[in-house]
Amino acid sequence: MDITTQNTEAPPPTPQTSAVGTKIADRGASRTGDRVFIGLSRGSGIFLLVIMAAIAAFLTYRAANAISDDHGNFLTTFEWNTNLVPPSFGIAVLAFGTVVSSIIAMALAVPVAVGIALFITHYAPRKLGGPIGFVIDLLAAVPSIVYGLWGALVLVPHMSGLFGWLDHYFGWTGIFDWQGGAPRSMLTVGVLLAIMILPIITNVSREVFRQAPLMIQEAALALGATRWEVIRMSVLPFGRSGVISASMLGLGRALGETMAVATVLSPTFEINASLLDPGGGTFAQNIASKFSEATPLGQDALIASGLVLFVITLLVNGGARMIINRRKEYSGANA
Amino acid sequence: MKLQRKNRLRALSLGAVAVSGALALTACGSDDTGTKAAGGDKSASAATNSSAIKCDDAKGQLQASGSSAQKNAIDAWVKQFTQSCSGVQINYNPTGSGAGVTAFTQGQTAFAGSDSPLKPEEITASKNVCGGNAAIDLPMVGGPIAIGYNVPGVDNLILDASTIAKIFDGKITKWDDAAIAKLNPGAKLPSTKIQAFHRSDESGTTDNFTKYLKAVAPSDWNYSGGKAWQAKGGQSAQGSSGLAQQVKQTAGAISYFELSYAADGISTVDLKTDAATPVKASVENATKAISSATVAGTGSDLALKLNYKPTEEGAYPLTLVTYEIVCEKGNKADTLPATKAFLNYIASEDGQKLLTDAKYAPIPAEIISKVRTTLSSLS
Repeated sequence: MDITTQNTEAPPPTPQTSAVGTKIADRGASRTGDRVFIGLSRGSGIFLLVIMAAIAAFLTYRAANAISDDHGNFLTTFEWNTNLVPPSFGIAVLAFGTVVSSIIAMALAVPVAVGIALFITHYAPRKLGGPIGFVIDLLAAVPSIVYGLWGALVLVPHMSGLFGWLDHYFGWTGIFDWQGGAPRSMLTVGVLLAIMILPIITNVSREVFRQAPLMIQEAALALGATRWEVIRMSVLPFGRSGVISASMLGLGRALGETMAVATVLSPTFEINASLLDPGGGTFAQNIASKFSEATPLGQDALIASGLVLFVITLLVNGGARMIINRRKEYSGANA
Repeated sequence: MKLQRKNRLRALSLGAVAVSGALALTACGSDDTGTKAAGGDKSASAATNSSAIKCDDAKGQLQASGSSAQKNAIDAWVKQFTQSCSGVQINYNPTGSGAGVTAFTQGQTAFAGSDSPLKPEEITASKNVCGGNAAIDLPMVGGPIAIGYNVPGVDNLILDASTIAKIFDGKITKWDDAAIAKLNPGAKLPSTKIQAFHRSDESGTTDNFTKYLKAVAPSDWNYSGGKAWQAKGGQSAQGSSGLAQQVKQTAGAISYFELSYAADGISTVDLKTDAATPVKASVENATKAISSATVAGTGSDLALKLNYKPTEEGAYPLTLVTYEIVCEKGNKADTLPATKAFLNYIASEDGQKLLTDAKYAPIPAEIISKVRTTLSSLS
């Protein structure tokens, strides 16, 4: 009984609803309001497609100019120098850096975000959940350049302790080998990006977990399940596609983050197997660093790299959509 | 159920707070440069001799953009100038030399600032906005590029061009390397790793720094040069301020930036030149080195060719000169009086004197007098 009333947000009791119902039925099937609304919504949808097509066309046009002048291989050259005669530039390092830093950020942020969201919705006393949610919201309100400054001035100097520890115990893996440079590496960037994308993943996950059907949870509790079992068997399966969507929102932000990366990373055009040694770069950071002094060809080259980022983002989002669709049957939405 | 709805409401209000907070923060953040220059600080005007500034019939808005290296100098000049000539408003946008020249050749600005003289194709492009005439380079600001370092226990460090080239090319990796020790007898050099930082963005400072290395130590620095850093390895940071920040917080670091960024206790390298004693990075020493530069431009163009191997005592050759770029003839009629008045002021004795306070080097007398002559014939 509780549940039925809960589902109708503005719940007018039965007599009123039926009155409204008859009113609508009286007016017949095609009403101007409906048609206007259909037109508006269809227009908005088409507008979105037009914008995307315009962006893609612009990027492709300018990129084609640059790539035809590139004497290196655009995909494999480990260099970015458009002022050379002949110019030579390639996106290999940028693609690697962008993907690696985003993966690190996701690996760190998603578990923590899901944990916070579960804590707020299912474990925390209400007095604690509210303030935690508020603080998370505040994290989202901090501009990225402020994260960059904080990262450069506070995070970077404090990372050397962690780096030394990782090098000491895991240096043999090669991934955590540290030559002792300033800790302005992919790992630092990943940590910073993780903090930056935490709020968006947490917020969306929290809303999704909150929607988990109460009836199923109560049923599970009634059967003697512990709270963790309830979460594992009803809340998590219900929220899975939502959490994936939330992660994709976060990943989008991580892939495109510019100023924070530019301030914290020590970019060089080399691919370094070690996550602790400085090196690499990301698309957005490279565009931000190089654009102001770029020649027209240099700008086209940067736009070409932007096109690659655009394509990567499309692929990632498409992949996420496929995963969500495949998992639809598990989601509680049709339960 | 009631509780849930309450919670949702609370979440909504929290979201609203967060959004409005974000808006407020970003609104503060997005407002930067420009206003400061135009506003002017009345208290600082007392010292100036306002008679040196001739406004003539200058008025209106002057748009300019370009080199960020000379931004602080332009800010100081604009402050003084607009106090005397209140009818003029000057907006200098430090977009970088490349963007500045492009904006100028597209006719968006009255003059451009650049760390390097115009290239032939840029001169060709300028003919569109100068009514068929070419644009010219006027050297206005000199600046020593300091090499800052952070080596605990070492207060004086002497390096020569070849050692610097090897350090920044990753050929010398330890501070107690024999080449460094030979130049610094008596210094207690630690065996720590050298962390050479370069600019991650493209920059006129990088261009000038590598030009110097290439001119003086060609066998140790065989890169073609340009605004992008070419040597492999090393570490990088964004902007001169980023480099200075890294030198300050990283033990073993060394980097290059304009002298004004070497404030707050960053030690700078003394340069071993062909002169008998090593030279400190200072404003006077930079001016001394610039005075042996020769004019490389043709006609009224005053592009300089710096002398990177001075034999004179106390001449610091690692300098950059920034130019103001204007049309020789065919400037836009509505901005010409203001442009001319402003450039006349910054080339004047008072204008050049102001540079020293901002840790820039004034242009030597012989060259600046040529600039003044050229300015008087601007049309």
